[in-house]
Amino acid sequence: MVNKHYQQEGVTGKNIVLVGNPNVGKSVFFNYLTGRYTDVANFPGTTTNVICGRCGQDAVTDTPGIYGVSSFNEEEKIARDIVLHGDILVNIVDAVHLERDLFLTQQLIDTGLPVLVVLNMMDEAQQQGIKIDIRVLSELLGVPVIATVAVEGKGMDQLKEAICRARAGRRLPPVQEKMAGLPADIPDPEKLLILEGDPVVSARHGMAPGGDRELIYGARRRWVNELVAMSVKETSRKEVWSTVLSRWMIQPLTGIPLLILTLWALYQLVGVFVAQTVVGFTEEILMGQYFQPAVKALVGRMVAPESAFNQILVGNFGVITMTVTYLLGLLFPLVLGFNLVLALLEDSGYLPRIATLLDRVLTSFGLNGQAVIPLVLGFGCVTMALMSTRLLGSERERRIATIILALTVPCSAQLAIIATMLAGLGPGYAIVYGLIIVSVFMAGGLLLNRFVSGQSTSLWIDLPPLRLPKPGNVLKKSWMKSYEFITEAAPLFALGALCLGLLEVSGALNAIENALVPLTVNWLGLPKEAAGGFIMGVIRREFGTASLFSFPMSDVQKMVALTTITLFVPCIASAMVIYKERGWKEGTAIWLGIMMVAFFIGGLINQLLNLFTTTLPAASPLTMLAGVIILGLAFLLGIHWLKPAK
Amino acid sequence: MTLDKCKRGQKIKILNIPNEVIRSQAIRFGIFEGTVVTCEEVVPAGPVVVGMCKQQIAIGRELAKSIAVQPVN
Repeated sequence: MVNKHYQQEGVTGKNIVLVGNPNVGKSVFFNYLTGRYTDVANFPGTTTNVICGRCGQDAVTDTPGIYGVSSFNEEEKIARDIVLHGDILVNIVDAVHLERDLFLTQQLIDTGLPVLVVLNMMDEAQQQGIKIDIRVLSELLGVPVIATVAVEGKGMDQLKEAICRARAGRRLPPVQEKMAGLPADIPDPEKLLILEGDPVVSARHGMAPGGDRELIYGARRRWVNELVAMSVKETSRKEVWSTVLSRWMIQPLTGIPLLILTLWALYQLVGVFVAQTVVGFTEEILMGQYFQPAVKALVGRMVAPESAFNQILVGNFGVITMTVTYLLGLLFPLVLGFNLVLALLEDSGYLPRIATLLDRVLTSFGLNGQAVIPLVLGFGCVTMALMSTRLLGSERERRIATIILALTVPCSAQLAIIATMLAGLGPGYAIVYGLIIVSVFMAGGLLLNRFVSGQSTSLWIDLPPLRLPKPGNVLKKSWMKSYEFITEAAPLFALGALCLGLLEVSGALNAIENALVPLTVNWLGLPKEAAGGFIMGVIRREFGTASLFSFPMSDVQKMVALTTITLFVPCIASAMVIYKERGWKEGTAIWLGIMMVAFFIGGLINQLLNLFTTTLPAASPLTMLAGVIILGLAFLLGIHWLKPAK
Repeated sequence: MTLDKCKRGQKIKILNIPNEVIRSQAIRFGIFEGTVVTCEEVVPAGPVVVGMCKQQIAIGRELAKSIAVQPVN
């Protein structure tokens, strides 16, 4: 049989594919081979996009972390097609979890493609007293095996040379046998997937999915267990610190205080230190005292100060002043702070444990613990989080998670500005604001669970070992993400500022603000300038929040405005993702629905506060409002408890 | 007996996983019918964490209810 994959005359112009289970460090290898940076994280689902790069004359493709090649979920589908088109498969294996990882290895070998096995994280294996006989393993698999500690660069020098030695390994006998029964014109890798009953690949060849999955999987599992028994020796088995900590993280009694403590520490770092101290310096001093006056003077010399053009450049919504001040003075430090925190959570392996801890709560919302990942990612960037809802097990869960994300989760940029504004209002307002958002989140979840049709899936999540995040990786990752954010946001922000500037200069802003008076002034009780904030909010959520700073408001107005804009429609980028993922009809329904809910709740709070002030002048209206919210929530929870949804 | 009834530290043998997709997923992790695993953690009313070969998997309560197991001594 002539197969291009078996030709081994020098490795040039080939497609090298990196494959491995989640969390084994594929991205570090990709980075090493191509010199490009990609996300390195300690939870499943970081690499969901296909990332390509070049290494000399060869193409290198990174794949999402998977436990096997098939069509069980979105990541597998992506990885499956990359693997099928690969020339050389570099299989990265976690040396500590050979029993699990070698299942994928053997499946890759069964495809018949040339494979190189890289045993990564050998340091952790040694620490845990695991001794692996690499020669025996290599002989049994029939492919070359090398050992590395990728994050420290150990063993990486042999990688390129070893890739040239990659070769087809020993196929399982039952696979070999069954493959012979399929038409000869189908490439071997696809034959394997047809035998294993993969519906997509079978359809491509006009065949019915094969029924041998259980037989092949069973044989493969037995063989892998034998492999491990023959090549791995464990010298000691000691309880390491991480086992105890892991237990604390998932048991509610210790896990909930630990989670609260973590969130508090994160708030101190981002909400207090970055949002107040750092931003106070960058925004007020650096931008307000030095940059803005300098730019205004400079532009004033070239363009007449009273002209419309000058207004557009450096006026109220000046393209130059507003864009630079908000982007660099306000957003950049905040976004960097949030990304730092997210990177720490990701790399430590804490996220899947939070998922386990909160599984019970999330099942009341029709989700399972896995939804913690999109929800937490949402605090970084809602757009990114909406894409990660694909990881969820069913259509129903994806729908619920999308709505909750779009409605109640503020992204890092927005949250940062909200934190700054709330810090100025004092703890009372902050507590009530938090209470409102949490109540909308819970009420939304409970109602959606009751009314969205379909079936939700149950939690099944791998708990990766807890690791101390590497500072270098954390810094690099958060810097890259923040940098990308600013470069992506800058033109949009400038465009938004330009639109607002034009609207203002032409008098249209005034007309829109007047037209919206019944909504903004009568119902929400805000100054009419708030309409500009909502228009900005459509472009990017945080711009809307940021522009609320540009006119004076009372404390109550600030809280109503913050609540409304938090719940208000997500930015253009996330709206696009919603349309893409959920289709036009559902997307529009979600978009309009959220806008109405935001205005309804914002107005309701304003009206309630007014009512309390006029009818019960003795009591604190804020306390009354908090009481009403808690009562409402208790009522909903009571109904949920008495009449559980399905 | 089903998986959700297990106690922490108990060694159990998996007898039957009715859901076909979960069954295929489980076998990749090294869990199949006949495998002996340790029940490492039971979150009250929440997931059950089973462990084998230095790895841990958290299984939601509803799913755990459907998995038949047998205690091993």
